[in-house]
Order: sequence, then structure tokens, then C-alpha cells
Amino acid sequence: MIPQNTIAASIASIKNQEIAPRDVLVIDYGVGNHLSILNALDFLGYTYHVSHKKEDIRAAKAYILPGVGAFNEAMKNIEQLGFRDVLAEEVLQKKKPLLGICLGMQVLAGSSEENGYHQGLGWIKGNVVKIKSSDVKVPHVGWNDVSIRKPFPLFSKTPEKTHFYFDHSYHISCDSSIISATCSYGTEITAAIQQENIFGVQFHPEKSQNNGLRVYRSFFNYVRSRAEGNQLDKEMTNDAHNPTGSDNYNQTESDDHAEK
Amino acid sequence: MLKNRLIAGLIIKNGIAVQSIGFSSYLPVGKPEIAVEFLNSWGVDEIIVVDIDASREGRKISKEMIDRIAKKCFVPLTVGGGFNNVEEVRQAIRSGADKVSINAAAVRRPELITEIATVLGTQSVIVSMDVKFNSQGEYEIFILNGKEATGLDPISWAKKVEELGAGEILLNSIDRDGTKRGYDLELIKNVSAAVKIPVIALGGACHPDHFCAGIVEGRAAAVAAANYFHFTEHSVITTKAAMKKKISISLRLDTYAHYLQLDYQKNDGRIRKPSDDYLEDIRFEFHPKEEI
Repeated sequence: MIPQNTIAASIASIKNQEIAPRDVLVIDYGVGNHLSILNALDFLGYTYHVSHKKEDIRAAKAYILPGVGAFNEAMKNIEQLGFRDVLAEEVLQKKKPLLGICLGMQVLAGSSEENGYHQGLGWIKGNVVKIKSSDVKVPHVGWNDVSIRKPFPLFSKTPEKTHFYFDHSYHISCDSSIISATCSYGTEITAAIQQENIFGVQFHPEKSQNNGLRVYRSFFNYVRSRAEGNQLDKEMTNDAHNPTGSDNYNQTESDDHAEK
Repeated sequence: MLKNRLIAGLIIKNGIAVQSIGFSSYLPVGKPEIAVEFLNSWGVDEIIVVDIDASREGRKISKEMIDRIAKKCFVPLTVGGGFNNVEEVRQAIRSGADKVSINAAAVRRPELITEIATVLGTQSVIVSMDVKFNSQGEYEIFILNGKEATGLDPISWAKKVEELGAGEILLNSIDRDGTKRGYDLELIKNVSAAVKIPVIALGGACHPDHFCAGIVEGRAAAVAAANYFHFTEHSVITTKAAMKKKISISLRLDTYAHYLQLDYQKNDGRIRKPSDDYLEDIRFEFHPKEEI
């Protein structure tokens, strides 16, 4: 009576050794519980590093930014721990992938109206606003249907109609060009965003069972395909050619590596 | 559309999961983390784990146990048992729980609800109430495993906890606990109508029809059961399938096996044995392992 998924996980753990422990950094900045995320990554068989230290941020190849709680407390912690500039350099200039989860996605926005006006990191164009609707209860808690607009890369393993677990009172209002998934709750809610190498999900993939675990799997596949892609890039650079200069969506070139 | 939730409760006594009957007799089930692992893989929507002796014995639900359970739980996890202050709740959430349920502590010191809600958010606090008919034949809230009367009536207490910042109410009927007679729909309906926050119905459900009634007649946002899910393979999936076949309802049913093609018995709501021909047909069917 061993549950099948335990076996699947142990097989997966053998398969996924190619991502080195220090490559993926789960940023611990004292907001909410990152343990659930670590449990999910453990289940999928990935190794990772948990820290907020500058040297670890520099060494990592991809980031997961968790977050549960209040916006201003999260921003305060980011400022106090002093990793903002380092992370900005790695993510905005070196274009390392970052996945923000729930509040971890909201802090990427320009500002939030949660408990007053607060400035965010401003890495994506958008603002955090309260869910405004008279006919639904706020907070938005529970499993809700999500429609996907951009399957690649986060939802490459997800069926078009799916559902995830939400738990929030505020959501990101942003330009529809960076929205990769939406859900409907009184009004249209941004369920996921993607802007070049920056990704964010409003729902909790670590609490959305297999649907959520698939999102992590897809993200890690993307990280790995990029790492391999960069290797190729370097080899090509040696041939006096510079492909990294044009960085509008790495989508087309990494599409081939996505499904592994 | 937001889904109706089917929640599994897990009663812990002396560190093991038990079935509770009338808050007075208990039947051992097994290790809590194994029960959670199975419930999770059977597609349950949420899990609530409560250590029923913690408050009475003046301790908290074990942190090590929450750790072990959280490792197997990829759905929202609520834990309860003996939380008295915000720091203890924060600890539980850091161990991997998503919400806590408080019962006796909320009755003794209602401000605790506000304190938790302010620091960790309203969504993280569920107020659990155990309701019983008292000697005057009226509903009354009891605490400490149904042993101590409080003099509170469920409607006004529900309104008060909502005002204080509770995110959800877990409404349990002591009279129905373990009776298999279905929910106390009157109680659920009255409490649900009195508050805006979601009400989770608990106590007495033992048939898919009971869950349907809890949602449709009781107007509960979520329906929960504890004993019913034990000792039956894929109990969560078969229950959801039977509910879906009976009424049009928004439910999450996306496990690999969904059992929608099978018939269900009227008397207990379990799967009716399919015909021998059908069983013969599926005998050597190949089912690939689900890969995430």
C-alpha cells in the first residue's frame, strides 16, 4: 500500500540531480511560511538553498520569492535585510529567472494600497489593489478555476482549464500584456504574470496539489533549459556572435527545451 | 467559479489519529501523517488536524507532528489544539500549517482572535465551536472536548467571532458526532445566515447525500467529516463523484481515477459492485503512472 506518488517522487529525485543545490535559492525574508514550498520541492526531488545573504543571491541561478502576510511588512524586511540591490542586479540585468508567490509576486509591483500607500520593488509595471466587488466575499479563499493565457513556461504541464488554491484580499492590476493567467472572482483577477524572466503567481502552487506541483516542475524545467541554453550561448559567443544582446522573451529559443 | 470544499478532519488523541463517537468513545485509526498522505493523494480540498486533549492537558498540539504532517500535505492544512497566544500560532504556521483553529482559548479570551488576525491575517484563524443541546433543550457552546458548558449560544457567538476577525467558523455538533445521522442542518443554516464568513459544517456526515444537504440546505461554504473518510480506499474521490452525480455542484474532482462511470448504492453511498463483465474488461487495462 505504498502510495504511487512516493515512488514517482523517488524516481523524480534521481532524474533531477542536474540542478545543483546552490542553483535555486528560496529567499527567506521572514514573511510567511516558506516551509510549505520546501516540502513541495522536496517532494519533487529538487535540491535548493534557503537564504537572504548577498553571496548566496549572487551564486544562485534562479530565485523563488515566497510571501504570506502584509505588504509593508514584506517590503520593510526586504529593505532591512539589504538584499534588494543585489537581487535587482541579478534579476533585472543578468536576467536570472525569479518566481514570486502570492505576496512574493505582489512586492514586485510598483505600489500597494494595502493598509495605506506603500512602494514596492517596481520591477513589473502594475499596482496592487484591493479586490473590489460587492457580490463576493473578501478575502478570496479557496479553489478557483484559472484560465491560462500564456502556457509557456509556467503552465506548460497544465491543462487549459484548471484550478488552484487562492488566499488573498489584494491582487495585481497591470497591463494585460504581462498577464499569463486569470481567474474570475466578482471581477477578473490576475492569477499569474510573466515579464521576460520575472514570473509571479497569486495562488499557492504548494497548496494546489498536483496542479501546483506541475507549476514548480515547469519552472524548474525552464530554469534548466535556460542554463543549457546559456551554455550554448557561450559557445556561440566564442564564434564572435552575441545573441544575449536581444533579450525580448527567450521564449522561442527555449521552447524546444521546455518539455523534458 | 469558487469550488465547494470537501474537508477531512483528523482527530488526534495520544499522538494517533482516532475516530470520535459522541465526544466520548474513540476508535484508533493510525499514524496521522499516513492518514494525511492518503487523504492528500485522494484529492481532498483541505485537512484539519485537531489534538482534542491539548487544551484540557494544558499543552499544545505537537510541533514535530505538524512538521511530519506538513511534509505530506499539499493542500491547505489547519491545525488546532491548545493555542493560547500569537507566538504559538506563528510557530505552528512556520512548521508548515496554513491556518489554526482555536476553540477553548477563544471562549476564554476572545481578544486572541483579533490578535492573531492582525498579525497573521484573518484567513489564518478558524474559530471552532462545539455545539450541544443543553438541559433546557437549547443550543449551547461547550469547550474542553464537550465537558464544560459556556453559556454562549451559537448565533451570537458566531457574530461576535466574525466581528473579532475570525476568517472561518468550524461548526461541530456534539450530538451528531459519530452518529452517522447527517449534519444538524437547522444549526448550520442558522449560523451560516447570521455571518458573512464561510461556515464549515462538521459532525454526523456519513453519506454523500449528507454533504450535498450541508451545502444546499445548510448553505455551508464547506463540508467536513472525519470518521467517514477512514477505512475506505479512495473515500474522498468516491464521495465527490457520488455528489457530482446527484446534484449539479462546483466541486474539484481531477484525480486520475474519478469513478464517475460507476453506480453508487443508495443506502450507504459507496460504490456498487460493477458487473463481472466490466471487471473482466478492466482486469488487464494499462494505467500509466501519473508523472508530475
